Parts: sequence; C-alpha cells; structure tokens
Amino acid sequence: MIETHLSLLLVVIPLIAAPIVAILPNGRLPWLVTLLVSLSCLVLAIMQLWNVADGSIISYELGGWAPPWGIEYRIDVINAFVALLVAGVAAVTLPYALLSVEKEIPTKQISLFYSAFLLCLSGLLGITQTGDIFNLFVFLEISSLSSYALISLGKQRKALTAAYQYLFMGTIGATFILIGIGLAYAVTGTLNMADLAARLPEVEATRTLQTAFIFLLIGVAIKLAVFPLHLWLPNAYAYAPSVITIFLAATATKVAAYVLIRIIFTVFGASLAFQEMHIHWLLLPLASIAVISASLVAIFQYNIKRMLAYSSVAQIGYILLGIGIASATGLTASLLHLFNHALMKAALFMALGAVLYQVGSVALQDMAGLGRRMPWTMAAFVAGGLSLIGVPLTVGFISKLYLILAAFEQGWWWLIVVVAIGSLLAIVYIWRIVETAYFKPTSHSNVTEAPLSLLLPLWLIVIANFYFGIDTSLTVSVSESAANMLLGGKP
Amino acid sequence: MTAEQAILLAILIPLIGALLIGLTGKKPNLRETVSLLTSITLLGTVLSLLPTVLDGQQPSVTLLEIAPGLAIRFDLEPLGMLFACVAALLWPINTLYSIGYMRGNNEQHQTRFYICFAIALSSTMGIAMAGNLLTLFICYEVLTLSTYPLVTHKGNEDALKAGRVYLGILLSTSIGFLLLAILWTWHLTGTLDFKAGGILAGKVAGPELIILLFLYMYGIGKAALMPIHRWLPAAMVAPTPVSALLHAVAVVKAGVFSVVKVVVYVFGLDMLKISAGADWILWLAGFTILVASIIALRQDNLKRRLAYSTISQLSYVILAIFILAPLSTVAAALHIAAHAFGKITLFFAAGSIYTAAHKTSISQLNGIGYRMPWTMTAFSIGAISMIGLPPTAGFLSKWYMLMGAFQEQQLFAVLVIVASTLLNAAYFIPIIYAAWFKQPKQDEHEHSHGEAPRAIVLALMITAALTLLLFFFPDVPLQLATSLTGGHS
Repeated sequence: MIETHLSLLLVVIPLIAAPIVAILPNGRLPWLVTLLVSLSCLVLAIMQLWNVADGSIISYELGGWAPPWGIEYRIDVINAFVALLVAGVAAVTLPYALLSVEKEIPTKQISLFYSAFLLCLSGLLGITQTGDIFNLFVFLEISSLSSYALISLGKQRKALTAAYQYLFMGTIGATFILIGIGLAYAVTGTLNMADLAARLPEVEATRTLQTAFIFLLIGVAIKLAVFPLHLWLPNAYAYAPSVITIFLAATATKVAAYVLIRIIFTVFGASLAFQEMHIHWLLLPLASIAVISASLVAIFQYNIKRMLAYSSVAQIGYILLGIGIASATGLTASLLHLFNHALMKAALFMALGAVLYQVGSVALQDMAGLGRRMPWTMAAFVAGGLSLIGVPLTVGFISKLYLILAAFEQGWWWLIVVVAIGSLLAIVYIWRIVETAYFKPTSHSNVTEAPLSLLLPLWLIVIANFYFGIDTSLTVSVSESAANMLLGGKP
Repeated sequence: MTAEQAILLAILIPLIGALLIGLTGKKPNLRETVSLLTSITLLGTVLSLLPTVLDGQQPSVTLLEIAPGLAIRFDLEPLGMLFACVAALLWPINTLYSIGYMRGNNEQHQTRFYICFAIALSSTMGIAMAGNLLTLFICYEVLTLSTYPLVTHKGNEDALKAGRVYLGILLSTSIGFLLLAILWTWHLTGTLDFKAGGILAGKVAGPELIILLFLYMYGIGKAALMPIHRWLPAAMVAPTPVSALLHAVAVVKAGVFSVVKVVVYVFGLDMLKISAGADWILWLAGFTILVASIIALRQDNLKRRLAYSTISQLSYVILAIFILAPLSTVAAALHIAAHAFGKITLFFAAGSIYTAAHKTSISQLNGIGYRMPWTMTAFSIGAISMIGLPPTAGFLSKWYMLMGAFQEQQLFAVLVIVASTLLNAAYFIPIIYAAWFKQPKQDEHEHSHGEAPRAIVLALMITAALTLLLFFFPDVPLQLATSLTGGHS
C-alpha cells in the first residue's frame, strides 16, 4: 500500500500536517510533529530512490485519472535523487531547529513558523514528484509563498524588506513561468511533461514555442538566482532565521536547478535548447561571471551570512556551467554539485547558526577568537570551508573534478580557468574568517561552545561532506545514470 | 610486522602522537615525553622499512578508492624511502631542540605547536610514500594547512601577515596549477600512478607538454622556484624549530621531492630530453640559484639569509634533475639529504644564538664564537656543507651534480654551480670570520651570556655530526639514489 502511494504520500503528509501544526499550541509540540513528518518523508524518499535506482520509472496517476488528462506523478532517478536531498536536509535541520527557533522566533509565532516550514517542504517535494508542468508551477508557488513568510520572520527589521524584495522578484519569476506554460499549452494542448516532450517535435521551431521556452527559462532563472537575477538572494539569506537560511540554501535553489534541468532536457529537449536556441551562449558567460563576480563580492562582506549567500550565487554558477556544457560529464557534474553544494552550505550555515545562537551576531569582527571559545563549531566551519574550496576528500573536490573533466573533454580552457579562479577566491573569503576566529584575540570572554543539539546535526553534515567525498559510489552512479537519461540515452 | 603495515603505521604514528599530545596538554613534562617517544617510534618504524627497499622491493598498500582509478595509495620507492628516512631521523633531534627552545623562550600555545608538528610529520610521511599524484596532492595540502598555525604561532600582526602570504601562495599555486595539472594528466592518461619511465610518454607533446610542465613546476610552490618563493622568507616569523625542521627540511624538501617524483615517474627523463620546456626550467632554476644567493648576500637578519640560501639550494635539486642525466638524478636525490642535515644545523645554531644571546642580526655576531663555541662550531660545519667543501655532505651532491652536468655537456649548469659556490662562500664565510676572529662591539646593550640550554646544544651537535658522517658513510643514501634511476650511474 505504501509502496504504490509513495510519491503521493511524500507530498501529502507535510501538506496535511501543516494546518494541523498551525492550530497546535505554541511550545515544543509543533516542533515534534514537524520533526516526525520530516523523518517519515526521509524514509519515504529513501524507499523511493531504492525503487528507481535501477533506472525504472514509476508513474502514479493521481485520483486514477489516466495521463495526459489527469495529473501524473512520474518518478525516475533524478526526481528521487532531488527528493532525497530535500527530505534529508529537512530531517537534519529539524533537530537543529528546536533551540535555534526558540531563540530567534517569538514564542507566539512558533506554531505558525513550523506550519509554514511544512508547507515549504511540501511544495519543494511536490516539485520533485510531479510530472505535470502546471502542477509544478503550483508547488513552486506553495514553496515560494511560504518561504516569503518564513524569511520575514527574521529577527531584524531588515528581514521584512528582504522578504518583500524576494516576494517582488519571485512573483515576476512566477508570472514568467506561468506565461511560458500557457504558451506551451496553447501550442500543444497538453500540460503533462512527458506528453509535452512527445508532441513538441511536431510543432518545433514556431515562434510561440521559442517564446514559451524563453519565458520559462527566465522565470526559473529568477527563482534559481542566476546572475544577474540574483539580487534578492543575499538579503533573503542574510536576514532569514538561521534555520530557514540553512534549509533554503540547501534545498530551494537546488530544486530550482532541478526544474531548469527538467525543462531544458526533458520537456524541450537538448536539441531545441542548444542547437536551435543556442542557450549555452547565454548560460556559460552568465555562469562564468557569476562564479567570479559573486566570489569577489563575497570577499568584501562583513556579515558572514551575506558572504555565504554571495558564495551561493557563485556556486549556482558552477551548476549552470555543467548544464551549459550539456555533455554527459557536464550534467553529471551539475547534478553532483546540486547534492554536494547542499551539503557544504548546510554545514557552513549551521556553523554560523551556532555562532549566532551563542554570540548573537555573525559579523566578522565578532568571530574573533571563536576558534578557542567554540572549537567544535569553528572546526566544522573550517571543514565546510575546505569542502567549498574543493580540497580532495571533500564533496567539493568531487564536483569540481567532474566539472573540470567535462571542460577538458570539450577542450574549453577558459572554463577551467574560471573554475580555478573561483576556487582561489573561495580560499580568500573562507580564510578571512579562519584567521579572525583562530588568531585574533577574542572580545567575548564569556562565550562557550554551542549546545549539543546544534552540534550534532552540524557534525552529521560535516561527516557527510567527507563521507560523500570519499565514497562516491552512490552520488556518482545516480548522477551519471540521471545525466544519461536526461540526454536521452539509456540510463 | 609486514612492510605494508609499517607504511600505514608510519603515517598513523604521528597522528596518534598528535592526539596524545592534545590529551596530555595540561602537563608539559608528560606532553614532551609523548612528543619524543612518538618521534622515536616513527624513526624505528621507518628504519624497519629500509632493508626491504634496499632489497629492491617496492611495498605498496591501497587505503581506499574514491572513484574508479582514483585511489589513496601508498607505494614506497627508493627516493621516498630516502626522504622519509631524512625527515624521520631529524624529527626526534628537532623535538629535543624544540623542548629546549620553546621553554628557553617561554613561548605560548606549546600544545598546539607540538600537535601541528606531529600532523605535519604525518603528512610528510604521506608525501614520501605516496603511490599516486592524488595521494601526494592530499598530503601536500595537509602539510600546508598544518604548518600554517606554526607560521602564525606568535599571533601578532606581523605573523598573521606572513601567514597570509604563506597560505596564499602555497594554496593558490597548488589548487590553481598543481591540481589542474593532475586532472589534466588524468584526462590524458587515465591513471595517476607513479611509474618508472613516466606515464605521459606519447600522450602529450609540443606546446601542451611545456604548459603541463610549467603547471607542475609552479604548482609545486613548496619547491620555491622564483618568482613564487616569497612564502619561504615570510615563514621565517615562525619559532626557529619550525624554520629548522619544516622550512629547511620537511616542507621545502616535500616540494623538490615532488618535483623529482613528477619528472622521473610522471614525465620520464627520456620524454623531457626532447622538449624545450625542460631547458627553460633548467634556466629558471639557474636564475633562482644565482638571484637568491645575491639576495642572501644582502640580508643582515640571520634567519632571512638562511631562508634565501634555502631557496637557492632548493633550486640546485631542480637544476640537477633537469640536467636529465642519471648521474645528476642521483645528485638531486643526494642533495635532498645533504642539504637537510646542513641547513637544519644552521637553523639550530641561529635559534641557539637567539635563545642565549637574543641576537638576530649578523652584524651583532662579532666574537660570539668564544661565548658559544659548540654552537658556532656546528654552524661552521653547516656552512661548509652549504658551500660544498669536503669533508661534508654538501660536497658529495655537488660532485655528482657537476659530473652529471659535464656528462650532458650542460655548460650553463656547470657555470651556475661554480658561480653559486662562490656566492655561497661570500655570504657564509664572513659570518664564520666575524664569529671567531672579530672583537665583540662594546655597547650598553651587551649582556653576558654563555651557551644555549643543553637540549639545544645537544641537538645541533648531533646534526652537525650527521653532516660529517654522511660524507664518510654515504652508502645507504647513495644506494637509494642510484636505484632511483634503475641502477645506471
């Protein structure tokens, strides 16, 4: 019974739990329910990946309506991979959330907070499950709207403007996506992604279709914070509550990247995107500029959360580079980085969350001497930083390895130079903090190490950073078979 | 104990030592006993491997496999054995010295100091025994990161600034160039293993070969080929034991060791003989030797003069290997050992002078030989080895280098070696002369002092003795160095 309804349950459980949590009394109960929900989602996601890992595709007809008329949930290894990422991050973030949320969110809003969190989780999982493009838009909006609310709950008043900025940009993006979907529907008369892909060859090369593609592309690019549409992201990440920064940084942009990959490769097909529309001439330069310029900007940030947010923009650039190369290795690199970047940013933001919890600030000068005061937290930050730089034995090395190999295959030297410069800049912005934390005298003599409930999830993620950097059998094999499937070959 | 287990132990022992040092940090006596015991155990383990390697065997062990063809693998060949022996032999002596120095100068954060030292030695063993480029690279990075806290040990603004230069140059060259070269090699050959005769033969040619060669040579920043040598003088802000073992032996030798490894086992001598790139590197090394010597001549700070001398001596190894003759390859390997013993003695002496007399400048050293006779005797032996005169180890390697250069008719190399020998003499002899024959200046800052603490004197006497012994008994290193080229010499 669970087996057949796996994909529906993944979406529906958090969706139903959300209103229930909203009416629970403020306290620890909402947290407990949310934790249980996200743990069960993790179990379901693992089962799902297990089922499709051999390359099979599961099609689930919602309400028994046959596709393409009814909504179809269509799960292959890519969907399951991204769903596992989302559910996994949620499950690790929640134990961390208990204390962090109590400190950062007013008590009377706690049940609302968890309710919105569940909605966001449900939306993100829904995006990964659905095979219907309009349904995908709906889930994208569920997750976006709930994340506007979550960001606005940040402690500082600036969180409100940050959320408003995000709302503004996000809504423009959503409108673009909707227009794109509408145009595609007008041409083909279908909303099912597999069906769209099958019918598009008949109508290829019409102006309407190209317009639809471009609208979708730009809409998703806003949600993904592709340079130069990234301006909402630094503020949103910097002023959101710690838990939300961790969760969104690790999942929201990754899911948007998944949507981009789906639309380009599954729905419209690589031949339309790259041979007719030449979108790599758009993607590759923008991604390269993102890698270098966002890393440069990161060097000059004094709010460390903001610094990491700019670093995220740069890292999204790496994902786009892989997509732009559009070879099997390139896509493998992108999918790997999707997963790996989630791990490194989760570790880094969790370490910062612990600093915020103990010190009350994440400004650079307040990190002075923390290496001695909070040894475990700062050691985790250094480990996450090394992963971000791409030192071997960490996940960051694996994604860069595949990206550079993909560039070698194409003989694109400039791309290798871009990746190398990006890594060097990452050393600079990470090392500013290491130096301050370990070699500057402290100004807070009474700061102690963070509580265990923050440290344990943090170190779990740090260990994952190394584990998946050493034993790459799971991530690489899944990414490779997913990349082959996207390019139309046998998985 | 099998050879495979011994290899893993050689890497593990310093790490376990680091852990124990951390646990005993509150009790200085116990902590330093642990430090000494760890270094002696490591020496025993490394020496136990020596007969196997001299026997012509090449034990190897694969730790784990990251991706197909990408493994963490250790593989002990003669050159690695030589390097491991040198580092392991000098560590106990250096620990003895450190105890005297760190206590004599009341340094802070001593536990961190000993922990980082042990980790650095573990990664040095890893570099020496690395079976492929990836393993070498990982250990190389660990060595950079673990020595960074030692460079910034003082924690003041100067030390932090030096640390930035140190880390900036070493990390950016290794990630920007070396890693790129390694990935490129993998793309070309599908393997990263070190193989006799090289793995790149026939896979790359022309300008691409030259670019790859330069990526390697400038990626291995620890070899301090100009113009990326700046980190080495910067690192001199570290306490002297660090400069002695790490920035005269472990770190810099890891650099030139990697260069020799890459030339012999990745490119292969035959392949480089027909490439113009090899000549360019030869010229760059010659340039570095001469320019660094001239800069050394102008330094008044003793440690800085020694640092520039190190830069020039490192390029001897690069010059020797790029003569591309079997004899000069032997010279390169021998020089790694010979320079290590001589230079550590010089640094020990510099630290001894600082501890006893609080002097750091050469111009303050007039007549110090009579106050610190042991120290200055050792210093003189080290200096003679640097110049390359018998009866010291430095003579041996220079001899082989010159023979190799003549064999290949590399007139440029011969000229460089002769000119730099004169320069070496020009910047070392005045120190020896001042110490023994000049009258001390009379000023009010002068205070009476004798020899440095006993631990320091003992350590520097041992290394000075080793410098002499290597001249009289060069059999083991020579045999290791010769088998590096497959026995042709």
